Amino acid sequence: MVRAVGDADSLLTAVAECSPDLVVTDVRMPPGHGDDGLRATLRLRKSDPDLPVLVLSQYVANAYAKELFTPGRAPHRPNPAGLGYLLKDRIGEIGEFAQAVERVAAGAMVIDPQVVQHLLTERDRRHQSQLLSAREREVLGLMAQGYSNAMLRDALTISDGAVAKHIGNIFAKLGLSADDGNRRVLAVLAYLRDE
Amino acid sequence: MTRSPAAFLTSAAPWRSLAYLATSVLLGLVSLVVLGGLVVSGLLLSVLGIGLAVLAGAVLLGIPLAALERRRLRLLDGPHADRPGSPHGPVTRPGLWPWLTTRLREPATWREFGYAVVFTVLLPLVDLVLLAVVVPLFALIAAPAYVAVDSTQPEALVLTGIGIAGLPVAAYVLGAAAAAQSWFVRLMLSPREGEQSDRVVELTRSRARMADAFEAERRRIERDLHDGAQQHLVALVMTLGLAELEFRTADQEAGKGGELVSRARREAKQALDELRDLIRGIHPQVLTDHGIAAAVSEIAVRCRVPVSVDMDLTGRLPAQIEATAYFFVSEALTNVVKHSGAAAASVHGRLTAGRLAVTVTDDGVGGAGLRDGGGLQGLADRVAVVDGRLTLSSPAGGPTALSLEIPCQPSHSVSSSPRTRRSSAKGSPSC
Repeated sequence: MVRAVGDADSLLTAVAECSPDLVVTDVRMPPGHGDDGLRATLRLRKSDPDLPVLVLSQYVANAYAKELFTPGRAPHRPNPAGLGYLLKDRIGEIGEFAQAVERVAAGAMVIDPQVVQHLLTERDRRHQSQLLSAREREVLGLMAQGYSNAMLRDALTISDGAVAKHIGNIFAKLGLSADDGNRRVLAVLAYLRDE
Repeated sequence: MTRSPAAFLTSAAPWRSLAYLATSVLLGLVSLVVLGGLVVSGLLLSVLGIGLAVLAGAVLLGIPLAALERRRLRLLDGPHADRPGSPHGPVTRPGLWPWLTTRLREPATWREFGYAVVFTVLLPLVDLVLLAVVVPLFALIAAPAYVAVDSTQPEALVLTGIGIAGLPVAAYVLGAAAAAQSWFVRLMLSPREGEQSDRVVELTRSRARMADAFEAERRRIERDLHDGAQQHLVALVMTLGLAELEFRTADQEAGKGGELVSRARREAKQALDELRDLIRGIHPQVLTDHGIAAAVSEIAVRCRVPVSVDMDLTGRLPAQIEATAYFFVSEALTNVVKHSGAAAASVHGRLTAGRLAVTVTDDGVGGAGLRDGGGLQGLADRVAVVDGRLTLSSPAGGPTALSLEIPCQPSHSVSSSPRTRRSSAKGSPSC
């Protein structure tokens, strides 16, 4: 860690001064005690699209996630830098949290599974049908946290074939092509958000 | 007196009229002496200057007289009838002089004085009419008794007959006189537009101020919990997580200790969850940041009953209205889950013609009531503060629809968004 700051303005200054590898911030920060942290993140990403940022929040809300992951906030690039949005409680799961931090630093998209579940619930209620099975929802939740196929295999203790089958099913149901990595996370988000 | 003649004559109304007019006579006489005395002596003394004070006293005498007159309407209309309130405004500073200047500047005071003059001067005439009509009637009825002293004469019985026949006429005359006088009292002594209504506006304003204060307080509590207890719990969860990790990596034989730490971490996490739910009920951050539509879709997605949301609101609304509407939807959905047994619910919101209308509908069993002293009453109270209206349609068997209407204008200004800044540097880094 290179610097800890107490408010959104100092965050912007500190990033400019020491160009860190990763920024971890709360959605809510002084001075405004509103979504100052989120605003600062969006500004940072706009001026430096290569800066990985992990946003933590006391409670996750779809509205913040939608804002954070809206393409066009940052210039569209084939490989945008890592971006994460997690519930603060996840810090307690030290191992998982450390992995999430590393993945974001390495350029992955990490979205709290709760956000994905809520977006799915919203979508299901709009269409009055359950799109994904419970297992598929679980897989989608992990995918949104930036899990690769190999990590999914280990986390769920299933075979590579089973992972591929789940992902294939999910993407078929969502009508998306099964890319790997960030693009599939973004595709899922875009699908859940816009439909 | 609009009732049928028999009903009027056998009711208490004629007697009430008689009592009202009789006390008028007495009061008129007292007033004649006191008011007349003051005015005359005031005029006489006006050359000395002190006379002006006496005259002012005469004017102010109208105030207690008017108060008494408003009260006395109860003699006529019964103790529970509506009677006019005082037309006088509040006196803001203590002391005799502020009271005098306030009262003498009020039109109501002069109207009351005018009434006092008319009441004092006109009353003898009313008095004469009464005497001229009623007393002779009783005299006629009693005629045989007078005549009997001398001898029995059939003419006396005729007079008695006339007297008895005249009683209903007298009752109507009394009634009419009393009604005319009470009409005059209401005309002169009721608060006029801009008098008492000022105070109603003032009351409404202070109620709205209080509601604003409550709203600010809710946000302060939420912020303090976020910056205080929540941060500490997050830190606790993290420390326990580290301890857990330590046990796992350093000592495979940790056994009970490691297990207890894991349990402590889960319990701390549970506390954090509960605190989060509590805060969501007070004033969620997303409401402040993204407005009512976003906040409502967050409650909907968490609701155990499937809720479809259709909130078409562009722009932000004043903070207090957003908070009230949020609380409304939150309470309504809580009731849906608790009582309705519904399989689905929907939230519909629109802003049309300066009114925010939100309706929560469910397909449950119906039969909900506003007067069951439950959450709905508290909700109705809170809605009333922003001049809103709460309507409930819940026939037995359902469906139930709870609607909220609040007059409001959309606002885009920053001032409506409650991002109060903290002056001190107390805000700790949130991480």
